[in-house]
Amino acid sequence: MSEGEKQILAVITTNKDKVTGAVPIFIAENDREKEKTALFLAKTLDAMVHDLENGVYFIVRH
Amino acid sequence: MEKYLDVILFGSGAGTLARLLLLRLDYRQYPGYPHGYISHLSLGAIASALGAVAVPAILEKDFTAFTFLALAAQQFREIRNIERETLENLEETRLEKRGKDYIEGIARTFEARNYLVMITAFFTSVATVVAGIWGGAVAAVVLILFSLTFMAGQTIGDICEVVPGKVHFQGSLLNVEDINFMSVGLPEMREKIINEALGVMIKPKNDDARATLHDMGQRMAIAHTAAVIMGSKKDVDIPEFTPLVRKNPDTGAVALYIMPMEKDMEVLVLAVKRTPVLESARVKPLKTQAGRMAAD
Repeated sequence: MSEGEKQILAVITTNKDKVTGAVPIFIAENDREKEKTALFLAKTLDAMVHDLENGVYFIVRH
Repeated sequence: MEKYLDVILFGSGAGTLARLLLLRLDYRQYPGYPHGYISHLSLGAIASALGAVAVPAILEKDFTAFTFLALAAQQFREIRNIERETLENLEETRLEKRGKDYIEGIARTFEARNYLVMITAFFTSVATVVAGIWGGAVAAVVLILFSLTFMAGQTIGDICEVVPGKVHFQGSLLNVEDINFMSVGLPEMREKIINEALGVMIKPKNDDARATLHDMGQRMAIAHTAAVIMGSKKDVDIPEFTPLVRKNPDTGAVALYIMPMEKDMEVLVLAVKRTPVLESARVKPLKTQAGRMAAD
């Protein structure tokens, strides 16, 4: 149940060719690092981790 | 005025009793604190005194006194605003929001209950004048019973079928049965959700119910009630555990997903069933010709 705008706060990926643009991008060495980075960012930003299922995680505040 | 003492006492007594009985804590979980009770009881007592006094005023041909009822009505409208404001302020710090529709419903209920109390007091007084104390007592019982049943309203269980639903993932997408909720990125979150989440399907019994479930305010009310009764694992930094209600666009059925503190499916089904149908969400397309034609 969200009110207001949703916003992509950060993108975490192991494949930097998949992402570009004006959003903070974190490049991880492997899946483990990707998950850990995503978790830390989400906890700090009070936001949620979503999976595009192509090696890209993104963090959205709802 | 002495001869009317029993009339006034009886009328206002019946009204106050009605208010007291209407104050029981229900699934709305409001008011839950002594000061709320006190203020509503006092207002109820004032309302019933006004209702009861009106009858001797008419009998004594003191018609100006009767117009005081209009003043009372103004006061009760004020109550609705106060209730709404209070609840909206409290809403900001709640993790599971009640939603504006629910708040409006509660505020309206509190206003209406005062009118009910006034009506109870008025007619009890009339009956006491006409048929003496016993007549008044019978009228009081009938009116109080009427108030209790009249204000009960419908619940989700009356208009929908509530059945357990299976929580599962398609890749990273969280589903309850065939209804899609959201993408959950972290594998450990997915595992926790699979192990601890509960889901129910809420299937409308007819087109009216389907239209009611379409209302976002009604869905928020369902999620809110479930979260209050079952407890919720959600916190500010874990939005994944927010209880959600989403719709199957083809059938109009909705599903609830929740991460409860108490993992008990039976209780969850009961909590959802007991959620009040909000006045603002209650629509009856089947009452119209076009609605009936669309239904078949």
